[in-house]
This record gives sequence, C-alpha cells and structure tokens, in this order.
Amino acid sequence: MRTYIIRRCLQSFIVFGAILIIVFSMLQITGNPAAVLMPLDSTDEDIQAFSKEMGFDQPIPIQFAKFILGSDLVDNLLGSEREKEKIDELERDPDAPKIVRTKGVIRGDFGFSYRHEIPAMGLVLEHFPNTVLLALVAVLIAVVISIPAGVLSATFRNTWIDYTSSVGAMFGQSMPNFWLGLVLIIVFAVYLGWLPTSGYDAWYYIILPSITAGLYATARITRLVRSQMLDVLGMDYVRTARSKGIVEWLVVVRHALKNASIPVVTLVGFELGILLGGTVVTEAVFAWPGVGFLVVDAINNQDYPIVQAAVALLAFVFVFVNLVVDILYAWLDPRISYS
Amino acid sequence: MVVDDRAATLDIEIDEDMERGPSDFQLAIQELKRRPPAIFGAFFVSLVIIFALVPDLFSPLDPLSQDLGRYLKAPGYVDKAGDVYWLGTDQQGRDILSRIIWGSRISLIVGIAAVIVSGLIGITVGIFAGYFGGWVDTVISRIIDTALAVPFILLAISLVAILGPSLQNIVLVIALRTWLVYARVVRAEVLSIKENEFVTGAKATGCGTIRILFIYLFPNVASTTIVIATLYLGRMIIIESALSFLGLGVPPPTPTWGGMLADGRSFLDTAWWIALFPGLILMLTVLSVNLLGDWLRDVLDPRMKRLAE
Repeated sequence: MRTYIIRRCLQSFIVFGAILIIVFSMLQITGNPAAVLMPLDSTDEDIQAFSKEMGFDQPIPIQFAKFILGSDLVDNLLGSEREKEKIDELERDPDAPKIVRTKGVIRGDFGFSYRHEIPAMGLVLEHFPNTVLLALVAVLIAVVISIPAGVLSATFRNTWIDYTSSVGAMFGQSMPNFWLGLVLIIVFAVYLGWLPTSGYDAWYYIILPSITAGLYATARITRLVRSQMLDVLGMDYVRTARSKGIVEWLVVVRHALKNASIPVVTLVGFELGILLGGTVVTEAVFAWPGVGFLVVDAINNQDYPIVQAAVALLAFVFVFVNLVVDILYAWLDPRISYS
Repeated sequence: MVVDDRAATLDIEIDEDMERGPSDFQLAIQELKRRPPAIFGAFFVSLVIIFALVPDLFSPLDPLSQDLGRYLKAPGYVDKAGDVYWLGTDQQGRDILSRIIWGSRISLIVGIAAVIVSGLIGITVGIFAGYFGGWVDTVISRIIDTALAVPFILLAISLVAILGPSLQNIVLVIALRTWLVYARVVRAEVLSIKENEFVTGAKATGCGTIRILFIYLFPNVASTTIVIATLYLGRMIIIESALSFLGLGVPPPTPTWGGMLADGRSFLDTAWWIALFPGLILMLTVLSVNLLGDWLRDVLDPRMKRLAE
C-alpha cells in the first residue's frame, strides 16, 4: 500500500511536469511566438525587437529553464552579462513592460497578463473559487439525483421506474451540456422569468449553471449505480439478509448499497476532477465568472499568459484530485492488490 | 479511469473446440431486431449520413442566402416568393432548416476523421506495445497513463486557439486524446491474444513480425476497436460542436451546429428557435450513435460493458 501511494505520487509529479512542458510549448508550436502576441499590423522590426525583449530569440532549453525557474535565477547561473544589464535597466525604468521579468513557475509566476498588466496567476486564482463552487454544487446535484435514481432503477428492474431512469440517463449522456444550458435559459429565465440568465450576484444564480455542468456526471453515475446494484443484489449475502426477514428497503440500503458504493465513490471523485478541470463551456454559456470564462476571454484577446496559468492550475487540481481518488479507492477496497 | 483499467485487463477464455456458430454479423442483425432503440439509432444515423453526403438534395433553400428583410422570422414563415422557412430564420435571415442539413457535414467529417486518425495511431501503438512487451510496453504505457491524466477540454480549446481553427487542426487536436483509449484497450487485448497457439504457429511457419502483427493479431482486435470507435464518435461530435460554440470551430460562413448555437445564444429572449433546433438535431445524432454503440458493444464485445460506463 505504501509503495503504491509513493508510486502514484511520483507518477502525478511526472504528469504535472509533462503538463508544464505542454503549457510552455503552447507558444512555441506556432513557430514565431512574438508574431502571435503582437498586433496584426506590426512591422517585422517591431516583432523582432519584441522577440528579443521577451527572450524568444534565445535557445529553447534556456527559455524553458527561465519559464520554470525564473529569468533572474537562470541568468545568474549562466552569468549572462547581457541579461543582467537588461534586468538592471528594466528595474530602473518604471515604464518598462513588466511581462519580461518572470520569477518562474516554481515561484508561482506565469508572467503578466498583456491586457490587464497584472500577474496572470493572480487573476486566475481570483476566478478559481467560482469554478470550485460551481463544480462542487454540480457534483452535489449529480449525487443527489443519480444515487436514488440508480438504486430505484435496479430495485424495480424492468418497471417504468427503471425505463424512465435509464432513458433519462441515456439522453443525459448524449446531450451537449451547452445546449441544455441554452434550453434552461429559454425556459426558466426568458419564458418563466424565475431565474436570471447569466452572471453571479446572488445564490440562486448558480442553479442553472450547476444543473448544466452536472448533467453528464448525473447520467454517468446513475448508470454505474444501477449496474453495481444489479450485481450486488444477485449476491448470496443479499439473499441471506432477505431470508432472515429483514425488510426489503433495509436490505437494499444497508446490505446492497453499501457494498455497491466503492466504484461509485471513485467515479464521483473522478467526475469532480473533470469538472474542476474544466466547466469552460458552461461558464461561457452563463457568463459565470470562473477560470473557464476568463480563459475564453483571454483566448479572444490573445492574452496567452492567462491561458498558460489557467491550464497549469486546473491541470494541477485535476491531477491532484485523481491522486486522492485513487488512494482513497485503494484504501476503501483492500481486496485489490497493487504490485 | 480506475474502473476502466480493471475491465481492460481481464483475460478471455477461448474454447478451442467451440463449434462454429452464426457469424458476428448474423448475431448482430438478430440482436438488432430485438432492440427498437438500436433500430431508431440506425435509422437516424443513416439519415444524417445521407444529409451530409447530398445536402443539396434535401436542403429546401440556400443555407448561405442572407436577407435582413427576413431577420429572426419564426418557424413556418413564408416570404413573398412563397418559400417556406420551416424552422425560422437567424439574425441574417438565413434558413435554419437548410443550415442544419448542411451543418451535418462538419459534424460528421470531424467526428469520423478524428475516429479514423486516432484509431490508426492507437491501434498501431497498442499492437506494438502489447506484442513486444518489455521496455517498449513500459514506455508506451507510461506515456498513455500520463497523457490520460491531462484535463482535455481546456487544453483542446487552447491548442485550437493557438494553432488556428481549421478542419485539420480540430481533427488533430481531438484525435490527440482519443488514440490513447484505443492504444490502451488494444494493448491489453494483444497481451492475451499473443499467447494463443495460432500466433506460435505463425511464428513457427516463419511469418515476419509485421505479418503477425497485422494479419494475425489485428483481425482479433478489430471488433473491439469498432466498438470503441462508435462509443467515442458521439463524444467527438460534441467536442467539435463545443469548439464551434466557443468560436473555435471551422470558420464562417460554413454552417456548423455549434456555430448556430452560438448565434442563437444572443437571441434567446427574442428568437428561441435559433438555439433550439440545431441542438436538438445534435443531441439526437449523438444519442443515435450511442445507441448503436451500445448495441455493437453487447453483440461484439460483452466484456466491454464497464468501459462505457
């Protein structure tokens, strides 16, 4: 068990390293990052000057080292005179663009947002609680609906309850959630006027976005609960419990549901990870002020430091939640051995 | 993820003396007759494929024809020339029904192309990893595990934005994720299949490695890959629409379902039909593909039940 946890932690560490490489490469894959960042009508000289200022003219490994460790550390290590002079000069000049001086990912610095001229990670962290809130409420709604639906579906197999729930789950898995969001707005905000269309000013603003974000998870968990319950209800110990004369609902809840719950807990955790890693589309539909909304806005403004910071943060959260879920799974179910 | 791993590594018992029963194809048709949802799926998917192949035959009007005189007309609107706009018009006076029919093209092209590209990569990598084992397998499996732990949607959006939204970039970015699924399942299958006597026999008769991989092993994983392809086609179609919805799809004026939904978003209070109908067709298409996928899975590969859940 301990070996398994250490191995899983190490693996997560590598995954996160790989993600940082991807995040760093984002600007490099365009071939000429300076050209992507500059306005469309810039001259070639402008682009070259900017490229030099940003350090895009340096070898890729050095750029990567600076991205991770920070320009000052790397320059000190390499003893590069040119860079030292440049940094001194920038320190003295209050008008110099701040984007050049990055302290590196290890110190939580992803550079400055080009548009807002404040640290990109700070801006992302400011929006992050809204994404967490949306993801948590979405998972809560998913659990509250899907577990009773799945249990009833399995208990009353091949009755109208089962059919309704199964058909609902099938639709839920096939429905693009941004479309559900639009339909909910049409019905509850425009037609009935019960709820607001977008934004976040009071608690009830979260109702429609969280239903939308939780749709897929609800459908998926319902299907898993149903199939797990069907497996367990056929087991000998359930028959024993029944033959002892225990009332049926107690058999279902205490004997069957409890034993069917391990894979379900895993899936719930996994879905939470997915939601934390990206409720982008839902946030876009409802103008929900989370990280996804910020990223879509940043993409439209070519403000890539924000995109990089957001991808790195959400990926970190996603990897971390998965790690916790896997360890939890191993702990809950000791029958599974991990070599 | 955890659930998937275990299901994918289960071993199969192949009964050597099994009599030859009805073929997979015959079984599939027999099963289809007993499943009304799958019949609906097959019917609707065929319909969408026909729309995508010959949209000009079915599209009542020109999907690109703009006229501000027809701005946001409700479904059933008839203009002076007597043309009927069955599902209404959008903010540029274009016919929604015609645009839905033409829009099926992008959805299907992206979905099918992404399935094929990711399938080719994933099957090849999976067969190699499973057959050779050893360090090749270790390296490939680590890469797959790592890549699967990256949250996909946000990364896809960023990559498409940076690479530029074109048909091929969208397909590539979507395929970047899905090949992992094929590779992992095919690897697990090959691990058990290669222990069979027919593989040893092939080696003994002097077959080359490439021949063993693609003539002997591939046919045995083919049905599994068909099931994955169908189960993932729906997801790819949804991802393409999501990208288009965020303005990162195939650029206008080409009609796409996701792009139409994005148009409709600005007019939810005045013209609900713009956002309603394209999404309805999108959902029915994905639903149909999924129903077909469930049916294929049950017929071809009952062991994969867990994988889809």
